[in-house]
Amino acid sequence: MSEHLVGVVVSHAAVAQALVAAVQAITGIDGALVGVSNEGCDYPAINERLERALAGRPGVLFVDLPGGSCLTSAARYAHGRDDVAIVTGVNLAMLLDFVFNRDARPADAGRRAAASGAKAIRVPAA
Amino acid sequence: MTIRLFRIDDRLIHGQVVVGWGQPLGVGFIVLVDDEVRVSDWEQDLYRMGVPPEIDVIFASATEAVERLAAWEADPRAGILLTGDIDAMATLCDGTGRVAAVNLGGMHHRAGRSERLRYVYLTADEAAKLRRLSAGGVRVTAQDVPSARAIGLEEFL
Repeated sequence: MSEHLVGVVVSHAAVAQALVAAVQAITGIDGALVGVSNEGCDYPAINERLERALAGRPGVLFVDLPGGSCLTSAARYAHGRDDVAIVTGVNLAMLLDFVFNRDARPADAGRRAAASGAKAIRVPAA
Repeated sequence: MTIRLFRIDDRLIHGQVVVGWGQPLGVGFIVLVDDEVRVSDWEQDLYRMGVPPEIDVIFASATEAVERLAAWEADPRAGILLTGDIDAMATLCDGTGRVAAVNLGGMHHRAGRSERLRYVYLTADEAAKLRRLSAGGVRVTAQDVPSARAIGLEEFL
C-alpha cells in the first residue's frame, strides 16, 4: 500500500474525540485518526460525517459498540467496499497499535487492531 | 403485558431503545416497522446485531403492522414498537385505533426541519401531522430516555 490508512473512531457522545486525543498525547502522531460522534445525527447525517472524515481515503472505522446507530451507520457506509473495514468495541490499545501499522490493506489492519484490542482486556490480580 | 412503548425514532434500534428503554421495561420483543428494512435481509441482520439474543426482533411493513398489532398486544411479554417516521406511526394509529400514546424519541436535523427540542427537529408538515394525531386522541410526548421528563406536544410545537 502506498497510502497510509486513516482510522475513524465512531462513537456515542464525545468518546471518539477523547480516544483520538489520548492516542495523540501518547504517540505524538497527528492526523492518523479522526473522531466522529453520532450526537444529534440521523443516519444520513452520520454518513456525511464519515464521508468528511475519510475524505476518499482508505481506512478502518473503529466503532464503539457491536450494535446500534454507530455500527449501523458504519456498516451501511462500508457495505460493498473493500477500501473500508470495520472493527467494533474500540479501545485505546487497538488504536495505539493501529497508528503504527497503517501500511496495510483495511481488512488486515482491522483484524490486527481487533486482536491487539482484545489482548488488552485483562483482569489483573488485585 | 403488551406494547409498552410506541416510539418514533429515526435511528430505529439503537442504544437508547435497547438499553435505555429496554432494560427498565423488561422487554421481550421489539417490533421494527419500516417498509424498506422489511425487505432487506442485510439491514435486518444489522439491526439484530444491536439486540441481545433474549429479545426477539420482529420486522414489519406499516401495512403488516396494522394487521398484526392486536396479536403483538396479546403477547405475554413486554414489547416496544418503533417507526422511523411519523407517517408509519400515523398509519398504525389510524389503521388500528389501538394506539393511546406515542413517544417521540428522536427526529434529527435535516434540510427543511427546524429545532423543537435537542433531539426533535420537524418540518411544518411533520408538526402538522403530530398535531393531527394529538387531535385524534393520541397522547404525543417527546422523551428520549426514561429518566427524562415527557414533554407534551403543546410545549414544543
